[in-house]
Amino acid sequence: MFEILQKERLGPGVNRAVISAPDIARAHKPGQFIILRTHNDGERIPLTVADKDADKGTITLVWQEVGATTYYMGTMAVGEKFQDICGPLGKPTHLEKFGTVVGVGGGIGVAPLYPITKGMHDAGNQVISIIGARTEGLLIMTEDIKKVSDELIISTDDGSFGVHGFVTQVLQGLIDKGTKIDLVVAIGPVPMMKAVCGVTKKANLPTVVSLNPIMVDGTGMCGACRVEVAGKTMFGCVDGPEFDGLQVDFDLLMKRLAMYKGPELIALNNFRETPRGCKCSFPGGA
Amino acid sequence: MSDQETKPAKKPKTPRQKMPEQNPIERAHNFYEVALGYDNDLALLEASRCLQCKKPSCMKGCPVEVDIPDFISLVKSGDLMGAAWKIKEKNTLPRIAGRVCPQESQCESKCVVGAKGKGEPCAIGRLERYVADYAALHDDGKRPELPKPTGLKVGVVGSGPAGLTLAGALIKKGVAVTVFEALHELGGVLVYGIPEFRLPKAIVRAEVDELIRMGVEFKTNWVVGRIETVDDMLEKRKFDGVFIGSGAGAPLFLRIPGENLNGVYSANEFLTRANLMKAYKFPETDTPVAKGRRVVVFGGGNVAMDSARTALRLGAQESTIVYRRTMEELPARTEEVHHAIEEGVKFQLLNSPTEIVGNETGWAVGVNVQMMKLGEPDASGRRRPVEIPGETAQIECDTVIVAIGNAANPLVPTSTKNLETNKWGNIVADLETGKTSRDRIWAGGDIVTGAATVILAMGAGRKAALSMLKTFGIS
Ligand SMILES: Cc1cc2nc3c(=O)[nH]c(=O)nc-3n(C[C@H](O)[C@H](O)[C@H](O)COP(=O)(O)OP(=O)(O)OC[C@H]3O[C@@H](n4cnc5c(N)ncnc54)[C@H](O)[C@@H]3O)c2cc1C
Ligand code: FES
Repeated sequence: MFEILQKERLGPGVNRAVISAPDIARAHKPGQFIILRTHNDGERIPLTVADKDADKGTITLVWQEVGATTYYMGTMAVGEKFQDICGPLGKPTHLEKFGTVVGVGGGIGVAPLYPITKGMHDAGNQVISIIGARTEGLLIMTEDIKKVSDELIISTDDGSFGVHGFVTQVLQGLIDKGTKIDLVVAIGPVPMMKAVCGVTKKANLPTVVSLNPIMVDGTGMCGACRVEVAGKTMFGCVDGPEFDGLQVDFDLLMKRLAMYKGPELIALNNFRETPRGCKCSFPGGA
Repeated sequence: MSDQETKPAKKPKTPRQKMPEQNPIERAHNFYEVALGYDNDLALLEASRCLQCKKPSCMKGCPVEVDIPDFISLVKSGDLMGAAWKIKEKNTLPRIAGRVCPQESQCESKCVVGAKGKGEPCAIGRLERYVADYAALHDDGKRPELPKPTGLKVGVVGSGPAGLTLAGALIKKGVAVTVFEALHELGGVLVYGIPEFRLPKAIVRAEVDELIRMGVEFKTNWVVGRIETVDDMLEKRKFDGVFIGSGAGAPLFLRIPGENLNGVYSANEFLTRANLMKAYKFPETDTPVAKGRRVVVFGGGNVAMDSARTALRLGAQESTIVYRRTMEELPARTEEVHHAIEEGVKFQLLNSPTEIVGNETGWAVGVNVQMMKLGEPDASGRRRPVEIPGETAQIECDTVIVAIGNAANPLVPTSTKNLETNKWGNIVADLETGKTSRDRIWAGGDIVTGAATVILAMGAGRKAALSMLKTFGIS
């Protein structure tokens, strides 16, 4: 179980792997995530499922190398197995025919946006996707998203591909044009989701965001994943991961995500010293 | 001749034998077990204190009614293996119970030797631990043969003491058992909550291995209610019965300002990071935990003591329990409070936290407290703490651990159709049989009673197993 069947690099530090996990593939619904451990002394980290194939019994994960665990995953080869994958976790996305749904994905957030886009499309919505990245080389899954969208707009911060600018500017453009929008779904880095909600709040558009707080168990047992929504404390793993973006305290989320900055760096440096760690391509490194 | 020479000198009473322990100063910085266990001499001396009562009242204090005088008699005669089997007739996990049971309020509180004014009770728990450890060390690998499979199968939600006990009782009667556990490790609170220095994880693992050897199947990383519901287990997996032993694992917070600051943990998270994820070995292991210099723990129960003592072992310079009432009302076991004090845990009593204060980066830097005094007794008979108007203080700290209790985790109850729960979200089940409002579904342990004890969870597992066997027509 949990064997890597396919693996590819989507961009610098960004990987995609297809993993054997039949039970999870069968039960998974768009919006849900898993928690994994690479090896016995590994930590538990949550990742949203980017795709699944119930018939083949596989799930697809997409991740960016940022800490010890994700770098470790980067060095894992086809045929290697994860120690543990627990899932599906969290509430599924509420899919229904809303009318026109705009999906906004930033950076690695495009991966978890994909199954939701697909689900919204299948539910009969008119889907407009806006995906963005810092630069062309960091754009991922554009072809996948395109297949399940009625319209796709791509933007890059540096103008190397598509619209020159941020996804928020593209979204603002749609609003200004008078596009009738019934729901916005935004997934990406916290500052991006915050900025999107800034735009949609002014236009009074219902907005769903998918949050990625630090987690341990993923079952509601520990509260590591606390977030504040409409002034109330919620557990990201069981009450979410999706919340009403217009009510989320993003500043708190950012602070909480930085809680282990120091130890995370220690863990990463420690990993570099291991035989496996030497193999990975650290940014600025070999 | 003097009087003294004619009358045989009255044999001095053997005192209750102390438990050998690691030195407090050393142990406050390591995760090795605090209590070292009796040796044979101590065990024999302690066993000699048992009066072998014809009508033993100690047994009435034991939730699973271990035949206490009988096993102690076997200790006296040197048959330690026999003593171990005697205990295991009623208690399948004696190495665990011998370490974590609150004997002082159970069997030992009923012991005649310790009855008012006479002296201290026989140390039943320490003897149980000695016997069970001896048996594990001298295991000859022989086991009574298991009966032929009956063709019946049962699914269990949760691998805590309730689920494990039930699994053991059923497999011994030829019922196939599969245990579904949400975490990657088996044992429930025994592995994620209770610290290594009170209950070594290798002991829990050995008990699980024993069940595996008998044929119990375990599925980890399996969150019932998400991947499959209890109804799916009955309908799709065709289990003849399902037992829910999912525990009381949903942490309560005080709902005071500042509780979401960095450095503020539920006891569950703090202990899970330290125990299950072995954060004390970081960075050898990958999971970090804030290694606070000044740690404040809210609460006065066993979980609070475990948190405060774990914080010391992780390197805290100061670890302080903040509690609303006085030492008298602390709900924790006396032994644990005593251990905590020996190790240097401080107590700030009659203090009620009102706010956690943070700095500009979002980290906790202090706790505001309201001074209290004891007022009239409340419904539970404990004197209720009341505010002393205007008297407040601030405690400086960098880590706060909230250990004020756990509520029922709603995931399983709410995903099971028509399963009756009470107003706290606990599953309603018959305490004698474990039967719930649904046919073929049993439940027991903390999910039914609310946070309680290991031995009560084990007792509930055992009773539910007996009820299932009766329903299946197996004796
Ligand atoms: C820190 C701490 C210290 C304690 N110290 C003591 C002590 O010294 N002595 C004592 O007697 N008692 C002590 N207790 C209490 C005791 O541990 C519990 O009463 C006992 O473990 C309850 O057993 P249980 O089998 O009902 O549940 P648990 O031990 O809670 O086990 C439940 C299991 O079910 C799993 N689960 C939950 N939901 C799902 C799901 N949806 N799908 C699959 N699996 C699921 C959980 O992951 C867990 O493994 C302590 C508790 C804590 C937290
Ligand atoms: S991750 Fe532990 S409660 Fe959400």
